[in-house]
Amino acid sequence: MTSAAAPLLPKLIGERVKRREDPRLIQGLATYVDDIKLPGMFHLAFKRSDIAHGLISAIDTSAAAAMAGVELVLTGAELAEHLGPMPIGTPFPAPDHYSIATDRVRYVGEPVAVVVAADRYLARDAADAIDVEYEELPAVVDPEAAMADGSTTLHEGFARNIAVESYFGGTGTDAETATVVDDSALDAAFAEAEVVISQRMLNQRLAPNAMEPRGVVAHYEAGREYLTIWSATQNPHILRSMAAGMLGLGEHQVRAIAPEVGGGFGCKINIYGEEYAAAALSKLVGAPVKWIEDRTEAFLATTHGRDILGDIEIAANRDGAILALRARLIADIGAYEVLLTALIPTLTGMMMNGVYRIPVIRHELTEVFTNKTPTDAYRGAGRPEGLYFVERAVDMLARELDMDPVEIRRRNFIPAEEFPFPTQGGLVYDSGDYAAALDKALTVADWEGLKAERDAARTEGRLVGVGLSFYVEVCGLGPSSVVPTGGWEHSGVTVERGGKVTATTGASPHGQGNETTFAQMLADHFSIPIGDITILHGDTGVVKQGIGTFGSRSQAVGGAALMAAAGKASGKMKQFAAALMAEQEVSAADLVFESGRIQVADAPEVSRTFAEVADYAYVPVPLPPGLEPGLSEEAFFEPENNTYPFGCHISMVEIDRETGEPRLLKLIAVDDCGNVINPLIVEGQVHGGLAQGIGQAMFEEVVYDEDGQPLTSSFMDYVMPRAADLPSFTLDRTVTPTPVNPLGAKGVGEAGTIGATPCVMNAAVDALAPFGVRHIDMPIRPERLWRLIQEHERENGGQS
Amino acid sequence: MIPTAFEYRRAASVAEALALLHEGGPEAKLLAGGHSLIPMMKQRLSEPGLLIDIGALPELRGIREGDGEIAIGAAMTHADLADSALLHEQAPIVAETAAEIGDAQVRNRGTIGGSLAHADPGADLPAVMIALDATIAIEGPGGSRKVAAEAFFRDILTVDLGADEILTGVCFQPVRAAAYAKLPQRASRFALVGVAAALALEGGVCRSARIAVTGAASHAQRLAGVEAALAGASLPEGAAAAATGAGDALDFVNADLHGSEEYRRAMVSVFAHRAIAAAAERG
Repeated sequence: MTSAAAPLLPKLIGERVKRREDPRLIQGLATYVDDIKLPGMFHLAFKRSDIAHGLISAIDTSAAAAMAGVELVLTGAELAEHLGPMPIGTPFPAPDHYSIATDRVRYVGEPVAVVVAADRYLARDAADAIDVEYEELPAVVDPEAAMADGSTTLHEGFARNIAVESYFGGTGTDAETATVVDDSALDAAFAEAEVVISQRMLNQRLAPNAMEPRGVVAHYEAGREYLTIWSATQNPHILRSMAAGMLGLGEHQVRAIAPEVGGGFGCKINIYGEEYAAAALSKLVGAPVKWIEDRTEAFLATTHGRDILGDIEIAANRDGAILALRARLIADIGAYEVLLTALIPTLTGMMMNGVYRIPVIRHELTEVFTNKTPTDAYRGAGRPEGLYFVERAVDMLARELDMDPVEIRRRNFIPAEEFPFPTQGGLVYDSGDYAAALDKALTVADWEGLKAERDAARTEGRLVGVGLSFYVEVCGLGPSSVVPTGGWEHSGVTVERGGKVTATTGASPHGQGNETTFAQMLADHFSIPIGDITILHGDTGVVKQGIGTFGSRSQAVGGAALMAAAGKASGKMKQFAAALMAEQEVSAADLVFESGRIQVADAPEVSRTFAEVADYAYVPVPLPPGLEPGLSEEAFFEPENNTYPFGCHISMVEIDRETGEPRLLKLIAVDDCGNVINPLIVEGQVHGGLAQGIGQAMFEEVVYDEDGQPLTSSFMDYVMPRAADLPSFTLDRTVTPTPVNPLGAKGVGEAGTIGATPCVMNAAVDALAPFGVRHIDMPIRPERLWRLIQEHERENGGQS
Repeated sequence: MIPTAFEYRRAASVAEALALLHEGGPEAKLLAGGHSLIPMMKQRLSEPGLLIDIGALPELRGIREGDGEIAIGAAMTHADLADSALLHEQAPIVAETAAEIGDAQVRNRGTIGGSLAHADPGADLPAVMIALDATIAIEGPGGSRKVAAEAFFRDILTVDLGADEILTGVCFQPVRAAAYAKLPQRASRFALVGVAAALALEGGVCRSARIAVTGAASHAQRLAGVEAALAGASLPEGAAAAATGAGDALDFVNADLHGSEEYRRAMVSVFAHRAIAAAAERG
C-alpha cells in the first residue's frame, strides 16, 4: 500500500504545452467534411444568381434534369414545398428568407436552384445548364440611399429598407418609446463643451475567409427516421436544434457532427440554407448528399462581417475630460437577416463607453437592407466596430487638444476601483486595471523611444507614425438572458476503466485548441499524464448538450463547465478510493490526487493507484453504500455575466512618400484576458487576431459596384494579409482575473482583432498628421494615401 | 471552381506536342505550369477540351550560355530562374524579377514560357524581356521562327503566337546594368506597374537605354520617351528627370479597384526612376 517513488507529475496549467491537435492537422490525418464519403452519396451544386436584384420570371431546368447522372433538379419554389423559411436567432422582425430564392433574388450569389447528381462535376455542369430569366430591379447598394424616401425596397413590410432601428442612451430611451427622447443632458454637454470632435467613419465590409470553406453531408435514414448531418459549423448543437425544426423532426431524431473544422471566425455560427437544403434533399432522394462550397461561393454566399457607417461626435473640455458621446450608426446588413445578423450591430452601440468614464452617451442605430451578401458575426462581431469608432475619435480629440494620446486616455479611464462598472450601454464590466496595462504597454513598446524614432524619421522626410489604442471587449458569452440559444455550456467527464479519462465539451473548437487546454486542466485536476486524457467534441451523438464556440467563450464558459463536471467525477472517485482504503479508516475528504495515485493528504503512504480506484468503480464489489457504480459525471455552467478583457496595442507605420504604400514596422500588444491556461495558445490566438485586425486596417475590403456586382470575389482582388506584410509582434500580458467564473479566465479569441485595427489606423493618421490629415478610411490602400500626400504636396509646392 | 471535362495528354517531345495541337484544333491548349490556365478553367472562363502537357519536356528545359547569348527553355520555372547562378552573374534582372513573381507556390510551378505566351497585362517577365531585347523562339508546323520580344506582345493577352505553335524559349545578350522595379497589386502580386530598365553606360553616362513597362497598359511595351531622354544623361543623377512624365506618354492605361489611371500613370514615372537608378547602380 505504500507509494512507490514515482516521479511527481509537473503541473500543466500555465505551461506552454504544444497543441495536441497539430500533428494530425499538419500531416493530413484529420477528417474534414469533404473527407466524409458515404456509400451511394450524391453531390449538390447550387445555381446562383448573377444579378443583384430581380424577379425570377422563368427557370428552365429541363436540360439539366435530362443530363446523365442527374438525380433531381429543384427550383427554390419547388424546394419550398418541403422546406419553410429559415428561422433566425434574434428577436428582431425579419422578412421571409428561403434556403433557395423562390421568386426574387436579392444578392449576387443567392441560390435559385439546386442539382443532385452522381458526382460534383456533373452537378456543376447541370447547374450551368439551368436557364434563369430575370426581370431586373434597381440594385440598392448605398445604405443611405436605401433609407431615402422613394427608394426601391427589397422586402415587403420593410419601408425604406429599414430592418431595425434602435435608440439608446443615458438620457434617451429605446425603440419602443422612441417618440419620447430626453436628450437634455446630451444637448447640454455638447452646448457647454469647449471642444467637439465630429467625424464620419466607415468600418468596412469584410469577408471572413476561413481556410476551409463551408461544407455539409446530410444522411436521412427513412427506415429509422433519423437524420445525421455533418457540417463545417462552430455549433453542432444549434445546428441540430434548427435542422430538426426545419425538417419537422425532434432533436432525438437528429445527430449533428462538426468534424475537424478549418476556421470559422464567426461565419460558421449561422445555420445556412445549404445545410437545410442538403437535409431535405437527402430525405427526398433517399440517399446521403454532400455539398462543398468553393472559394468563389465562399466570397459570395458565406456571410460577410462589419459594414457599419458611424457619425461619431465627442464633447470634451480642453483639459481632455470627455463630457458626452453621440453616435449615429448605419449598419449595411445586406439582403437578409440570418442567425445573428441584426444582433451584431447592437453590440457596436453597447460598446460606445470603450474604456472611458463618459457621463452621457447616446447612440442611434439603423440596420438597412441592401442588395449584398447578408452580414453576421465576424471575429469580434460588433465590438471591433465600436472600439474602432471610439478609439479613432479619442485619438482625434487628443490631436485637437495637442495632447499625447496616452494622456487623453489616462485622463478618462474607468479607474480600477470602480469595477464592477455599469456602462451607459447596459453592460457591467467585471474587472479591470486599465492603467496597469497601459503602463506595461508603454514600457514594453518604449513609447517615448518610438516617438523619438518617428520624429527623427520625419526630419529625413520619411512619413512615419506611431499609434496607440486601448480596448475592452465582451467575452464569455452568455449568460442565457442575453444569448437566444442559451448562454451556458455543458461538459462530461468520465474516468474510464484502467484510469484513463474521456471528457466531452459542447464548446466545439475550430482552431481554439480546446483539446490541449482542457486536457491540461484535467491532467492537473486528476494529477495524471496528459496523454491519458481524450477530449471529445463536435458530435451531438457523443456530447450530450452544448451551445458552441463563439464570443470567446470556450475557456470562460466551456472550461468552467468542464471543471464542474471534473469536480463531480473526482469527488465520487475519492469516495470509491476511501471505500477501498476502509481498513486504514480513510475519509474521502482527506484524499488528494497526486501523480497517478489517490492518497491521504497528510499521509501519502496511504494510497491507491488512480487505475485501481477506477477499476473498482466499474466492478464495485462490494458496492459502497450510497454510491452508484461508475465514474461518469456531467455539468452545465451558466455564467452570471460576460467577461471583459482589455488591452493596449501600440504600432509604428511608415508610408512610402512616392507610392503611398504603407508598411507596418512594429506592433506591440499587451492583452489582459485574466488567468491563462496555456500561454502558447493565448499568444497564437492573439497573433491570428492581430493579423485579421491589421488586415482590416491595411488590406481587406469587400467592394460592390453600383449594380451590386461584387468586385472582390477571389484572392486575386480581395487582399488578405500575408506573413511578409506583418512585423514580428511583441506580446505581453497583465493578469486581472474575472470574478464571474471559477477559472478567472476571460477569453482571448477576438482580442487581437479588436485592438489592432484602431491602433494601426491611429499610426497611419499620425504618419500623415504633419500634412494636416485628421482621419483616413480603411483600408489604407496605397492610392488613397498617395492622393492625400499629393494634395498636400500640391498645396505646399512639394515642401512639407 | 470546378472545370468542365477535358482530356489530358502528356507530350513526349515538342514534335509530338505540335502534332497533338494540330489534331486537337481549337479545343487544344498547352499546359506547362498551369498557373494561369488552370485558375481560368476552374472558373470556367476557359473550357479547353484537350490539355497537352509540355511542362516536363527536356527540350524546353535549361539555362545555357553560348555565342554571347543566354538561352532559357520555356518550361523553366520562375524558381529555376531565381535560383540560377548563371543568371545572377550575367543577367541579374531576370533572376531578381523571377524571385518577385507571385509567391513560392506560383514560382515553383509557373514557367517563363507560360508567362510570356499568356501575356497577362501585369506579368513581370514581358517587360524584362523587352528591355533585354530578347528574342522569342517559336516552333510551328512550318518549322521554327524567332520574334523580337518587343514585337511579340501585341495587346491584352494577345501575342504573336499561332494556335498551332509552341513558344520554346527565349535568348538575349547578357546585361548587368539592368533592373526591374515594381509596385505589386497587393492581392495578386502581379505588377500594378512594373518597369524594366537595361542600360549601356560609359563612365556614368548613358549611351543607350531600353526601358519597358508592364501592368500599366494592355500589354508590356517600351517607353520610348524615357529612352530618348536617357541618351547622354549622367546617371544616376539624371534618372529622375528622364522618368518624369513617363506615364503620361502611354496611350491607354488600365484602371481598377487597385489603381486608377491617374495613379498608374504617376507610378510609371516613379518606378521608371527606381528601375533606372537601380540599373545605373549596377553599371
